[in-house]
Amino acid sequence: MKTISKADMRTLFFVAIIALFAPLILNPFPTESGWAQFNAGYPDLMQRFAIYGILAIGFNILFGLTGYLSFGHAAFLGVGSYSAVWMFKLLSMNIIPALILSVIVAGLFSLLIGFISLRRSGIYFSILTLAFAQMSFALAYSVLTPLTNGETGLQITLNDPRIFAAENISGNLPVTSLFGLEMRDTWTMQLGAWDFQFNIGYYICAIFLLLAFYISIRIFRSPFGMMLRAIKTNQTRLNFTGINTRPYTLAAFVISGMYAGLAGGLMASMDPLAGAERMQWTASGEIVLMTILGGTGTLLGPVMGAGFIKYFENIFSKINDTVLHGWFSWMPDGLENVIVWILHLFTGKGWHLTLGIMFMMIVIFLPGGLMEGISRIGKWWKHRNAKNNNTSHTSSTPAE
Amino acid sequence: MGILTVQNVNKSFGGLKALHNVNLDIEEGKIHAIIGPNGAGKSTLLNCFVGKLTPDTGTVMFDGHSLLGIKPHQINQLGVSRVFQTPEIFSELTVWENTLIPCFAKRDGAFTLNALSRVSDNKDMAEKAEQMLVDVDLIDKKDMLASSMSRGDKRRLEMAMCLSQKPKLLLLDEPTAGMARADTESTIELLKSIQKKLKITMAIIEHDMSVVFSLAQKISVLAQGTVIVEDVPEKIKGHPKVKEAYLGEAQV
Amino acid sequence: MDAILLQILNGLDKGSAYALIALGLTLIFGTLGVVNFAHGALFMLGAFCAVSLQKLMSVSKITIDPSQLDFLGKPLKVKTPYVVEWFGPKFGNAIIDWNVPLAIIVAIPVMLLVGYVMERGLIKHFYKRPHADQILVTFGLAIVIQELVKANFGANPIPTPAPDQFVGSYNIGALIGLDASYPYWRLIYFAFSAIIISSVFAFLRFTTFGMVVRAGMADRETVGLLGINIDRRFTIMFGIAAAVAGLAGVMYTPINSPNYHMGMDFLVLSFVVVVVGGMGSLPGAVLAGFLLGVLESFASMNEVKGFFEMLYLPSIDQIIIYLVAIIVLLTRPRGLMGKAGVMEE
Repeated sequence: MKTISKADMRTLFFVAIIALFAPLILNPFPTESGWAQFNAGYPDLMQRFAIYGILAIGFNILFGLTGYLSFGHAAFLGVGSYSAVWMFKLLSMNIIPALILSVIVAGLFSLLIGFISLRRSGIYFSILTLAFAQMSFALAYSVLTPLTNGETGLQITLNDPRIFAAENISGNLPVTSLFGLEMRDTWTMQLGAWDFQFNIGYYICAIFLLLAFYISIRIFRSPFGMMLRAIKTNQTRLNFTGINTRPYTLAAFVISGMYAGLAGGLMASMDPLAGAERMQWTASGEIVLMTILGGTGTLLGPVMGAGFIKYFENIFSKINDTVLHGWFSWMPDGLENVIVWILHLFTGKGWHLTLGIMFMMIVIFLPGGLMEGISRIGKWWKHRNAKNNNTSHTSSTPAE
Repeated sequence: MGILTVQNVNKSFGGLKALHNVNLDIEEGKIHAIIGPNGAGKSTLLNCFVGKLTPDTGTVMFDGHSLLGIKPHQINQLGVSRVFQTPEIFSELTVWENTLIPCFAKRDGAFTLNALSRVSDNKDMAEKAEQMLVDVDLIDKKDMLASSMSRGDKRRLEMAMCLSQKPKLLLLDEPTAGMARADTESTIELLKSIQKKLKITMAIIEHDMSVVFSLAQKISVLAQGTVIVEDVPEKIKGHPKVKEAYLGEAQV
Repeated sequence: MDAILLQILNGLDKGSAYALIALGLTLIFGTLGVVNFAHGALFMLGAFCAVSLQKLMSVSKITIDPSQLDFLGKPLKVKTPYVVEWFGPKFGNAIIDWNVPLAIIVAIPVMLLVGYVMERGLIKHFYKRPHADQILVTFGLAIVIQELVKANFGANPIPTPAPDQFVGSYNIGALIGLDASYPYWRLIYFAFSAIIISSVFAFLRFTTFGMVVRAGMADRETVGLLGINIDRRFTIMFGIAAAVAGLAGVMYTPINSPNYHMGMDFLVLSFVVVVVGGMGSLPGAVLAGFLLGVLESFASMNEVKGFFEMLYLPSIDQIIIYLVAIIVLLTRPRGLMGKAGVMEE
């Protein structure tokens, strides 16, 4: 039996190809050129693309399908990270037990929070999840210091028990691995002026991303997914069809919490530390933004949104005043300073301002996100072509 | 004893007494109309049947179960379906998906996490849904978004969704409100044929007297929150109390 | 006893801030049906009105005084604030000292204007959009405001002291035979909030405007049908809510030095307050604000903390509000004073 339709298979295949060749695609500029700072093909950033992609896909299962806007998803991300680091401390540096535990713990945690928050809907629900996320942040930051190591964040140390690991004699901190494959292992391919980096950690993340994407396709096309979309459009009718919506919304909430847990676990697997700031409301807001930027309720949108935001975050925060002055040095001094002063607000440390403005623009002008933008352009293109054909028709008439 | 019995129901909103000692008895297999001038409490009464409102005092019994204090989805599971004044359908879903939802809804309301099976793999559900659309003559619109249909089509879709669940009692809140004449006629025919074929009990709230008299087998007249007359249509026509209730309103 | 009285007092000033913000949130929510995630930012803007005024007043004229030398042996540059130069040393310095109370006068028109622009320019277009969109757009706006303030004033808290007369504390406990010293400014803050809250209530209760707004809160469409320009009134209401939040911010500056993220910190808690009080209930918002403020302050008592520490929960004061919110919601889903039918589809 076929599990997904041809069209969905194509989408999945497309994502797989992009993910596989990402180290090449994302490195279009030669290493030594001035444009190299716009390259995104280095391991750290690519890992983040994949991890935040997973996060956004999961969030989309909740928000995109049911319309329940959670403002507390970062809490599950944080819980996932903490669980993973504890596994690294107690068992071994293998990422598999860490990931399993982070998914389970995040699942349980989201079950608890979802059970309470889903007693309400709409705005109430958003506020409740926001409050829970802030509470989790406070818990992690101070109350549960023995578990989370408070402000400093949870890290691995040499003295950790790690009962399944071989004795560490090197005196260095151990590194995360998958049965001996170290996450940080990178093979650099030099091709002319280009350096392409192929990193184990990234490919592990990419595999999980594809898996997450595949499962999300299945959920979208399932009766369960259809029921979730029905919840979004009309709960009254659903109630009068004899359906109690709570188990459905709770299931969606837990599934998306587990996605976030997986993302958190992966984050810790790439860099074994976990801090409370990962759970703050700004982090939750970022997840929401990625999803709506890409296109809420679409399959591909959230992944695109995640990539888009993480890329621009990276680029924008690198642009400091020196870089700006370099760019505009050809201008007359006064003008240069004015321009740099204005752009300075939006770049470097001002990245969040750009983010906020982008957020507003998207909500105001493009509620369907990038996916809607693409389809609009597509339509416009078709329309234009159709018009062109028409005009060529009319112009060719006299020739007949 | 009828299938739905309402006894001594009172409901007030603040100082306003919306329902005052309402008694009602709906017999199984009949079409029962509830009429009355504006503000007589018809909608309030209907909302008391479906768990949207809870009466202050009194009982509402359906098929041996009390309907008070239980949630709408539980009431539906007992076999009560409702058609709303403005059609409540899944407007962002296609017509086809709209009909699939009640097919997938288990009669006992049990939750199933069928998250990994495909909608299109459930052949029996698809057949059921298709039959449903054929019945109400919407099969050629199956891929349309429900929100883009005409009001009459929406109403038919909603009716089909309700009927596919084989309810024991169907509540209709002004089923022909805002419809063109032709649509009204076809709705009347549809309801009549349903009643003949499926023997479903129906309770109808209606403004349009021609609809009421061509459909109902029994009529209750509600005025100022209380039932003033309950009888067969022939006797309602020209009944002095009914005249008074309606004309009294006209004089005001 | 002394300690308990002191904790109640301590809770009151935080509670006042919660109550004022929650009041504005509820007003906006009740009249416009919009949850304003940028309301915390308005509180913060109010606080920065005081900061700006302080900066403005310390703008100085630099004169060179050849009679004195600085440590490098050069003639000393003497800074005299223009305010001092214009109004004379005594009055001028007093103005600088009274910066925070004076900022109220500045903040009222500024915040009314901010509220007006926000409602007409942005919120208005979102009345018919889904709630999620309203939340998102105000959330985005909150980030923008916050970042602009950060870009202008930096990330560090800026001390904005109260007038000298109000520095120090007053043994309020002595009035009832107890010993509990309490800073003047906090007492003022509490009194100030009490005045604002009662004036808002009086305004809604006793004026025609207030009556229409209350009617609008109950049933917007009907009031619109009566030929009353409810939109215009709602705009004004938004302005008032913004001003209330702004004033709460101005007066709060001496208690805690303002920084750019104070708005969001307070906003989340104010939301909890609104939810506990009951969505759409103005008295509920105020009551819950004070209640949670006092509760939070009790939880920070060493005795209470010690008790929870035995249960492996140090710093219980950080999460007590959330815990209470959960309990309230589980037992009374509509909140303490919530009405049926508000936000229940």
